[in-house]
Amino acid sequence: MDAILTPAESEALLLSLRISAVAVFGALPFAFAAALLLARTRFPGRTLIDGLIHVPLVLPPVAIGFLLLIAFGTRGPVGGFLLHSLGIRLVFSWTGAALAAAIITFPFQVRAIRLSLEAIDAGLNAAARTLGAPWWDRLINVTLPLALPGIAAGIITAFAASLGEFGAIITFVSNIPGETRTLPLAIYTALQTPDGEAEAWRLSLISITLALVFMVLAEVAQRRARARLA
Amino acid sequence: MSVEVRFRHAFPNFGKDKGFALDIAFALPKPGVTALFGASGAGKTTIVNAIAGTFRPKEGCIVIAGRTVLDTTTGAFVPPERRRAGYVFQDARLFPHMRVRDNLLFGWRRAPDKASQAEIDRVTDLLGLSHLLDRRPRDLSGGEKSRVALGRALLSSPQILLLDEPLAALDAQRRAEILPYLERLRDEAKLPMLYVSHALDEVARLADDIVVLKDGRVAKQGSVFDVLTDLDLPAIAGAVPAGAVMAATVGAPRDDGLTPLDFDGGTILVTRLAAPVGTRLRLRVRAEEIMLALEEPRGISANNVLKATVVRLGEAAGQADVQLQCGAARLVARITTASARRLGLQPGLSVYAIVKSVTVDAARPLPIRQP
Repeated sequence: MDAILTPAESEALLLSLRISAVAVFGALPFAFAAALLLARTRFPGRTLIDGLIHVPLVLPPVAIGFLLLIAFGTRGPVGGFLLHSLGIRLVFSWTGAALAAAIITFPFQVRAIRLSLEAIDAGLNAAARTLGAPWWDRLINVTLPLALPGIAAGIITAFAASLGEFGAIITFVSNIPGETRTLPLAIYTALQTPDGEAEAWRLSLISITLALVFMVLAEVAQRRARARLA
Repeated sequence: MSVEVRFRHAFPNFGKDKGFALDIAFALPKPGVTALFGASGAGKTTIVNAIAGTFRPKEGCIVIAGRTVLDTTTGAFVPPERRRAGYVFQDARLFPHMRVRDNLLFGWRRAPDKASQAEIDRVTDLLGLSHLLDRRPRDLSGGEKSRVALGRALLSSPQILLLDEPLAALDAQRRAEILPYLERLRDEAKLPMLYVSHALDEVARLADDIVVLKDGRVAKQGSVFDVLTDLDLPAIAGAVPAGAVMAATVGAPRDDGLTPLDFDGGTILVTRLAAPVGTRLRLRVRAEEIMLALEEPRGISANNVLKATVVRLGEAAGQADVQLQCGAARLVARITTASARRLGLQPGLSVYAIVKSVTVDAARPLPIRQP
């Protein structure tokens, strides 16, 4: 890789991949639970929860970054607690970037998983029940495998969206090389530098390549899942 | 292994749906097939769901094999996953992400007392599934799906088998393909089966007993032989009496190429059957296939003339259904009201029933396809 990319470029690329992976897979269990809640249950306040989950889609990312900074800053209510009792600091750290990316891309995951859950024939769960399967058994052996196409779609979409996240990350965890400077932040930095246009071009090409790879992956995963379950 | 069902439930009015109330009580006293028969909307599926536990009635008591699974007076409720009620759904409901083998064994793996490997093989053979085990549900025909669903329910070691119109989604050809399997199951399985249907011919073929539903209540209950020759059946269920259903035994083939089938009221001769002497089978005679005569007819081509007594006459729309007693068996003949008057038919009169044709069920050995 070093033959093609400069150390700074591969650092930004690997950091981007790491932050996105942690963000997406860390959020996945919560996204699945939220999707299950929205797809299967009816309770008062459901619309409110549905709305809250989708807030990151309509709010400017910079505003989300700002809110995160307020909450998770070392003097914020959550951030202070994390720092003093657990020794965890999210501001100016790549884990904070992962948290920001997770929140921004959460709606993508929930939406994709929810759609696939709603497409599952409710009769299959009833059948599994009469065959002796309690709820956790049905969840693991019927619902989860049948929701896999949606889960895969959610992961890929969220991962791709997470790679492009800029506003929330730069606001919350700043732009620190090797720690929080992901590809989009590196492009921004290059543009702020005199004669940085060539570098911006190179970084953009990396981003475009990455995006193409993900689109192909998404297509393949979708096709496989569809063929298996059709 | 008996099953008792008694419950009441009122469904309130919802918009355009009018309210509907169920008030049900019946029992399946012994192993064998009890048909739950009634028009659409009579409450058949709701009853099956109540037994399976996927529907919880407001008031009542359900006992499966000595275990109370629902008692609203004590609040007892056993959830479906612990009821041990095998359920075969109308739409098969196979798990699309599993192969046939894993579908078949889904309930088996979760059963408290597991069927032996020999039993698994027997069910697989009985239902002709051996060559399908590695297939996925999407690669199965409708009839094959039904058979897998049946096997899956059987292998979960149920204490009752609930069959909710398992043939309704199939065309006539597939239906004819599955019915022999169900007949064999009836003859071999030692558990009570509740068979929901609105097709009288299926009921006549399979059921030992019938529970007839009308407007959410049990309108009639009895053996298939009695209920299907009941002249009130059209008024209750909007169905035409089947004529007659008789249990018969295959006798020794005669020199003239006919095989005698002995039933409670005499003997019916049919063209040679492949079934061995002593085989128990079921005879069906449609009401239209019986002619009546006051004197013993002579010089006619029909092989079967039975002496019978008129029990009851039912007239409707120019047709007369004549209920006949022939030994312990009951028949229904459908003639015109004009003929009934001309013959002066009335209860107690002796007549000769000329049987033009009969249908013999499950006399052929089953076609079991090998891989």
